[in-house]
Amino acid sequence: MKECTALLTLTAVLLAISVSSAQEGKPPAAKYQKDARIYAELTLAPEKARAKRNPFEKDPEAVAAGRNLFEQHCAECHGASAEGGKKGPSLRAQEVQEAPPGSIFWILTNGVVRRGMPVWSKLPEPRRWQLVTYLKSLGASGPSTPPAQP
Amino acid sequence: MAFLRFRFWLLFLLLPLGGCFSLTARAQESPYIVAYDHYLEEPGNLEIEYFSALGTQRAGNNFHSFWAEFEYGATAWWTTEFYLDGQTTFGDSTIFTGFRWENRIRPLKREHFINPILYFEYEHKSGADKILKEVEGHDVESDFLTPNAEARKEHNHEIELKLILSSTFKGWNFTENTLAAKNLSNNPWEFGYALGTSRPLALKASAKRCTFCPQNFSVGAEMYGGLGDHHHFGLRDTSHYLAPAVAWNLPSGWTLRLSPGFGLNDNSHRFLLRWGLSREISGFGTMAGRLFGGRR
Repeated sequence: MKECTALLTLTAVLLAISVSSAQEGKPPAAKYQKDARIYAELTLAPEKARAKRNPFEKDPEAVAAGRNLFEQHCAECHGASAEGGKKGPSLRAQEVQEAPPGSIFWILTNGVVRRGMPVWSKLPEPRRWQLVTYLKSLGASGPSTPPAQP
Repeated sequence: MAFLRFRFWLLFLLLPLGGCFSLTARAQESPYIVAYDHYLEEPGNLEIEYFSALGTQRAGNNFHSFWAEFEYGATAWWTTEFYLDGQTTFGDSTIFTGFRWENRIRPLKREHFINPILYFEYEHKSGADKILKEVEGHDVESDFLTPNAEARKEHNHEIELKLILSSTFKGWNFTENTLAAKNLSNNPWEFGYALGTSRPLALKASAKRCTFCPQNFSVGAEMYGGLGDHHHFGLRDTSHYLAPAVAWNLPSGWTLRLSPGFGLNDNSHRFLLRWGLSREISGFGTMAGRLFGGRR
């Protein structure tokens, strides 16, 4: 019985640690640095991945389907309009909007798991391209800039 | 009485979670019930799952086992999960049979053709456990003949290690799980396996939200069984199952799974009918953090 109680306590403690580590708030400067590191991942896509063509480029149906997928899977972290959220960077930033579609597809497929972005290869390839089509339809809202120093 | 206590605890745990959080995520869940693929829970999300298994028993009473799972994405590379198990043996009794705590870790940063996941589980269960979440060693149908009152007196502390190798190609997922389990008393290591394949019925998403469209369904099959133990490795005196499976991801955020399983030899239960219901709560970590006074 004692062992059981000890294990339950240990489980609760570890769960609490994992919950707090997952949700810990970040000051703006730290958030900017984190976002910048995630944007930098776009440049790491191999040449072959960057050169891939989006089969749904400018397809209005793919934009609508991509919007649905975005709301289901991405809005929680990146914000309802992809403007960025507590956990994920803005996807309207120039870094994303000017990136080749293949790079965005590559990030969706591989995630940035050490920085909190999960792997999305569980979505079949056509759905990932539909998401890319939607993201590209948003247009840039300007470069991501560091917060003003106090 | 034990049954009522168990249901009380289930309600105690499930009601506040299910009722308080309205932010549900619509995950793309696989139809697997026994096998694991390499996809982890999204960070900060909690998935609450309930599963049932109805099993036939030769020379004994049929049974209904059930378990609740609380699966939490601690990070993008670590998912932790807590289980509560119980069972009803018809004509006998309903009892709580134990708990499990499992962890799945993704060691590689990127997606590869074959993706490994490391799995570690601790189980504290009684001898009456019948959830058949995995089949290992020389687990056979006749093990379940012991009456609950006697079987529940046996307490097992067990660790279980799995290597999950999973691959997704053109919408198809193929997964292979190898398991090694050790009862922490003086028992040998036992081995088992689970194989699975699945695919969504449609690879493209439709532009309109829909309930019955093919994109919301995934179908597949899994096969699992024991591989003996350290002293007698192999297929002799082991049981094996083949189970087609289907998952329906509803737009409301719920996922339904159904899997009829068939025993492949005389050591296996002839038929297992499993079904499950799950719901994912996105942003659970943030909400729980606020509850405990975290930063807004």
